[in-house]
Amino acid sequence: MKILVPIKRVPDPTQKAKLKDGHIDLAGASWIVNTFDEYAVETALRLLENGEGPTRIAGSEIVVVSLAPEDAGKEIRNCLAMGADRAIHVVASDAELDSLAVVKVLAAIIAAEKPDVVVMGKQAVDGDANQVGQMLAGKLGWPQATFAASIETDAAAKSLLVGREVDGGVEFKRVPVPAVVTVDLRIVSAHAVKNGVTPATHAYGGDGARLPSLKGIMASKKKPYEQKKLADYGVGAPVIKETVVTLPPPRAAGQLVADVSTLVKKLADEAKAL
Amino acid sequence: MGNILAFCEFQDAALRISALSNIAFARTAAAAHGGEVIALLVGAGAQAASAGAAKYAGKVIVVEDGALPHYLAETYAPIVARLAKENGATVVTATATALGKDLIPRVAALLDAGMASDIKEMKGTKEFVRPILAGNAYSTVEITTPIVCVTVRQSEFESAAELGAAGAVTTAAAGTVDALGATFEKLDATKSDRPDLGDAKVVVAGGRGMKNGENFKVLEQLADLLGAAMGASRAATDAGMVPADWQVGQTGKIVAPNLYFAVAISGAIQHLAGMKGSKTIVAINKNKDEPIFQVADYGLVMEWEKAVPELISEIKKLKATR
Ligand SMILES: Cc1cc2nc3c(=O)[nH]c(=O)nc-3n(C[C@H](O)[C@H](O)[C@H](O)COP(=O)(O)OP(=O)(O)OC[C@H]3O[C@@H](n4cnc5c(N)ncnc54)[C@H](O)[C@@H]3O)c2cc1C
Repeated sequence: MKILVPIKRVPDPTQKAKLKDGHIDLAGASWIVNTFDEYAVETALRLLENGEGPTRIAGSEIVVVSLAPEDAGKEIRNCLAMGADRAIHVVASDAELDSLAVVKVLAAIIAAEKPDVVVMGKQAVDGDANQVGQMLAGKLGWPQATFAASIETDAAAKSLLVGREVDGGVEFKRVPVPAVVTVDLRIVSAHAVKNGVTPATHAYGGDGARLPSLKGIMASKKKPYEQKKLADYGVGAPVIKETVVTLPPPRAAGQLVADVSTLVKKLADEAKAL
Repeated sequence: MGNILAFCEFQDAALRISALSNIAFARTAAAAHGGEVIALLVGAGAQAASAGAAKYAGKVIVVEDGALPHYLAETYAPIVARLAKENGATVVTATATALGKDLIPRVAALLDAGMASDIKEMKGTKEFVRPILAGNAYSTVEITTPIVCVTVRQSEFESAAELGAAGAVTTAAAGTVDALGATFEKLDATKSDRPDLGDAKVVVAGGRGMKNGENFKVLEQLADLLGAAMGASRAATDAGMVPADWQVGQTGKIVAPNLYFAVAISGAIQHLAGMKGSKTIVAINKNKDEPIFQVADYGLVMEWEKAVPELISEIKKLKATR
């Protein structure tokens, strides 16, 4: 099975947002791979390995794709260091991109690469849009399974049974391949991914995506890394433009209360909340 | 000139409360676009819910078909896209529920429409304000495609009121239904008699410091006393203490109730993103240095084991005096 994982780098969310000329000032920002995308790489690895080894299933392949500025190589290589096999980096600045442009480029790459499954994060934690996976599936005419908290497949991998986090519970949806899957937080829990090869009893440890090993980091330097230009894909001007960014007013300072009866009194009399 | 196609979720014979925020936005958009609000109800039970929907929208379109037994993005999206075109819609909208978030971007792709997710405000006709960076900034975006798609953040739009006169209900055909091989298998439902998290006036949320699912029972007692919904932090949901759909935060549910209790929750930015719009926030935490106290209106530095049972009995006493 071949899996394509689109990834995005995002400013480290622990940094405080600041503005310059009415937009987010990213000069000097530190960057990370969007956590959900890291989870997507982790999911792809779990789908394509025997977790007991861990050893990769023969003939399987994971291709990471990113639309990002020239200097995003470090974050993209981080995914190779985790275990993805090769990378396609379409050099583009944020100002040139909107979700439709990203989808257009991904669709063209998918047409050429013909993956069985596209696994991606459900949202990027900078823009918080939660759009690209669904749009991509629509554009390709593929089925989609969003907000995946579990994926089960068999060794033949002709379809995926996906547990989706929805309002009111977990929905189980089966999609044939090729399909687009977007992953939610719980996809990295111990037994979330079952591929018919890793023993069902195997529990993945850690509480997130695997960290690259030293060996992985060394290997990543030699893995194929293809750079492309946005112009190669005939993408026009963005149709979604950010006109201005503002910062929300801070919440007014609160107060500490000494005990429960004071709390209840204040909630009733002052806040009129009880 | 353009109409607003408002995809509305329903339950039994009525619109879901979350859909009323969508209608509220749609009315604003209809005024700006010089068109009318068309509520779209798709799937099993749509006909039964149409009279309820007609209380809120001048026009209601119902699509019900045996080939649509369950919601699937694959089958619904082409219907929404087609009806948007057939009805001269310039805006297609839904509430940013799990279903709305799954469906509307797919519709946007089919319509080649630009999309703004989870908006909090509309400016002009195709300019929208939406939270980014876990709600730490608001981005205003302008979309230039002829049709635009949006999802609206429920907590930012007050439920629409009923109209004076009922709207007109029409039906539309589903057309060719092709699920592309996708099938709905089952829903493992979180059983609850409590209000939906997004609709509740009061939310009681617990975090990792609750230690296990059993300990949440005392929070549930507090919730039931107040008619509240239950919420949780990611740490509590990931640990399996409580169902995943209780998660409040940037990547869970966004809530803005009158009163929010954060119990044994540290207040990570991702959690704050989901609740800092609440009117009154109460934090109960044993560590006074936690960031949750920076957003709390009332902070109580105390172990929950002591604080919550006392809170229950104090509130009962208060209620008895009324
Ligand atoms: C991509 C991404 C998305 C995320 N999305 C979300 C999200 O949507 N929602 C979310 O909540 N988190 C989210 N998180 C996780 C977030 O960063 C925090 O890890 C999480 O919110 C912490 O949960 P917590 O406050 O319960 O746990 P902790 O941070 O461990 O805090 C536990 C608290 O309990 C207190 N405590 C312990 N014992 C007691 C006691 N006996 N009495 C009183 N207090 C006690 C402690 O003082 C502490 O403050 C996300 C993270 C990532 C990376």
